[in-house]
Amino acid sequence: MTMPKAPISARRAAVLLAAAGFAVALPAAASAETPTPSPGAATVNKAGTSFLTAAGISPGQPVRVGASVGDYLYWSFTAAAGDTHHVAATVSLPAAASRKGDSTWTVEVFDGLRRRQACVAGAQTPVASKSAATVELDCELRQVRSWAEPWSGDPLPGTYYVRLSGIELPEQELGLPIEVSLLVGVESDGDTEPEGGNLKEPLVPAVNPGKVLAGDPTASTPDPAAAGDEEDGWFDWVRWPSLSSRWYWTIGGGILAAVAGVVGFALTRPRQRVG
Amino acid sequence: MMIKRRIPIVLLGLSAALTTLGVPPAHADEHETEPVEPPKVELVLDVSGSMRAKDVGGRSRIAVAQEAFNDVVDALPETTDLGIRVLGATYGGDDKKLGCQDTQQLVPVGPVDRVKAKNAIATLRPTGFTPVGLALREAAKDLGTGETTRRIVLITDGEDTCAPPDPCEVARELAAQGTHLVVDTLGLIPDEKVRKQLVCIASATGGTYTSAQSKEDLTRRIKQIVERAKDTHTKTPAKVAGTDVCAKAPVLTPGVYTDRERFEEHRWYRIPVQPGQELRASVSIGLDRPLNRDYGVLLRATATDGRELVRGNDAGSGRTDVLSTGLRWSAAEDDEDEVEDDDKGGLFTDSTEKAPEPAVVCLVVSNSFSAKAGAGQAPGMPLELTIDLVDASPAPNSPGLGRGWVLLGVLILAGLLSGLIVGWLTRWWVAVWRTR
Repeated sequence: MTMPKAPISARRAAVLLAAAGFAVALPAAASAETPTPSPGAATVNKAGTSFLTAAGISPGQPVRVGASVGDYLYWSFTAAAGDTHHVAATVSLPAAASRKGDSTWTVEVFDGLRRRQACVAGAQTPVASKSAATVELDCELRQVRSWAEPWSGDPLPGTYYVRLSGIELPEQELGLPIEVSLLVGVESDGDTEPEGGNLKEPLVPAVNPGKVLAGDPTASTPDPAAAGDEEDGWFDWVRWPSLSSRWYWTIGGGILAAVAGVVGFALTRPRQRVG
Repeated sequence: MMIKRRIPIVLLGLSAALTTLGVPPAHADEHETEPVEPPKVELVLDVSGSMRAKDVGGRSRIAVAQEAFNDVVDALPETTDLGIRVLGATYGGDDKKLGCQDTQQLVPVGPVDRVKAKNAIATLRPTGFTPVGLALREAAKDLGTGETTRRIVLITDGEDTCAPPDPCEVARELAAQGTHLVVDTLGLIPDEKVRKQLVCIASATGGTYTSAQSKEDLTRRIKQIVERAKDTHTKTPAKVAGTDVCAKAPVLTPGVYTDRERFEEHRWYRIPVQPGQELRASVSIGLDRPLNRDYGVLLRATATDGRELVRGNDAGSGRTDVLSTGLRWSAAEDDEDEVEDDDKGGLFTDSTEKAPEPAVVCLVVSNSFSAKAGAGQAPGMPLELTIDLVDASPAPNSPGLGRGWVLLGVLILAGLLSGLIVGWLTRWWVAVWRTR
């Protein structure tokens, strides 16, 4: 039996296919580029002065606002699981003639529970020299998780607060006019960790005034809905993986493997000599 | 060919997976809290003798202030209630006692009659003393008490000449009264003393300080503050007083609260949490007075027996307005099971099955601030507490499944190899069978 010719080209095709598959498999590294404003986004000309009064912005929307040295400026934006945010700000400082020394500026990000969020890259607290006309601030955040344990400080979907302020300023410079421009950029990647977890409610803080209850809290009636979910269903002993994209990947992979098996089997079959 | 037909199925699966990731949550809905009251602002203008100085681009300070006021009145949003109060405008004598009572409301807080307001502004002539403290107190009275934030814009060129009361102390005292009052200050060509005083007043109430060197500075800033009053007037958080032990602590429901906490003080609150609920709490402590450089805030959730459940903390150094932290807590599922097992005591009876009791979680806020020499202890520093109760988010479980292109590649290679091996084995077996 001589080696059939057609299967060779089929083999080559298979190799090419596999190579192509691996080329796609290389993950695109999260780039830390400076965010650019999205086309057509209206410029926001305001800033809040506290967590409760933070001015709402959306990623890609440029902010330009006049302020004074010593102000604490607050903005808030909304994040979804899989987002990686990048906050970039520029502060135009007062004229050098009225300046008295170096100043340190900071951009801080807090989540919906006012917990400080880490910046993984960027000049978060730059120092402006006495003669500098502007100072650039930059903070790249971690990717927003879809779920995290209550005890962890991982970034979760919900509201995020940005606070821009001077942390070390010459006292004589307080009150002088500055101009602040800020932009929040976002890169979304559907690949969220941990897979299949989700936060029932995003971290959006309460804003209405609360009410103090009188009397003993233990005497309040329990929620009937919460009481009756101890039902034994079928197959409860099986910990079914929750519905997630992993199901599709695994099923798709199985199908592809079966197809590849059939192809492999076909490759070894001697060519039928018809006529 | 078959492979090509399968790929779209995988892609279809992927896109379906992406849609299950959900839509981004909405902003904290501002309309939900739409207050019934219009935003209320009062401008407090110093018309003391020093306003005569002609040093704002060759013009007198009062003329510049009058012009700026006119611009602000012209640009006033329809919905904003504006009032104007002056100090040092009428008494020209030398009696300090009389001069320090000299403050009048020029335009009452309400919808503004533009012509009337401008006429009133035009009649102002720089005259007397500078009773800033008294004017602030009166302005707070003018604005009244209500459920939304009030703003005072203080415009002055000289320091208070009537202390006591020290205007900064007055500001702190007003802020502590519970009405959410913010004082923004503007210094017109300020000297060092004025700047220090105005910065102190602003930081005591969470306001801003601006030094205005020109008419443009002044107009732009007042307009911005009046606009801000419209944009950011929120319902005032509920006032609460935490106690020093959990057992007597006030019981809170979801919402925003304010309190005051002194140095080294612990403030306790209680929150009933139903099974299956998650407690979310955050706290901010305002730095409203001169403090030593390093500081921290700690928020702990404990069970009623004092066992710590979870904590949130933050620390810092240097200049800042508030220091905040937060925490989440929900009863672990395992905990509930344990409790149930204990109840049953090994007997399989249904009689022990009863509605689960809500757990009471104690929250305690403590701080590690320390006062600089001269900074008062009372009233405590402003504390803002946010409580929320939502459905608990249980831990995800997706074991045994994989994802990613590498997984697909490995599966395809494994399939191909096993197909080849099975094929060769079959051929070999057929060949052996044939030779027999």
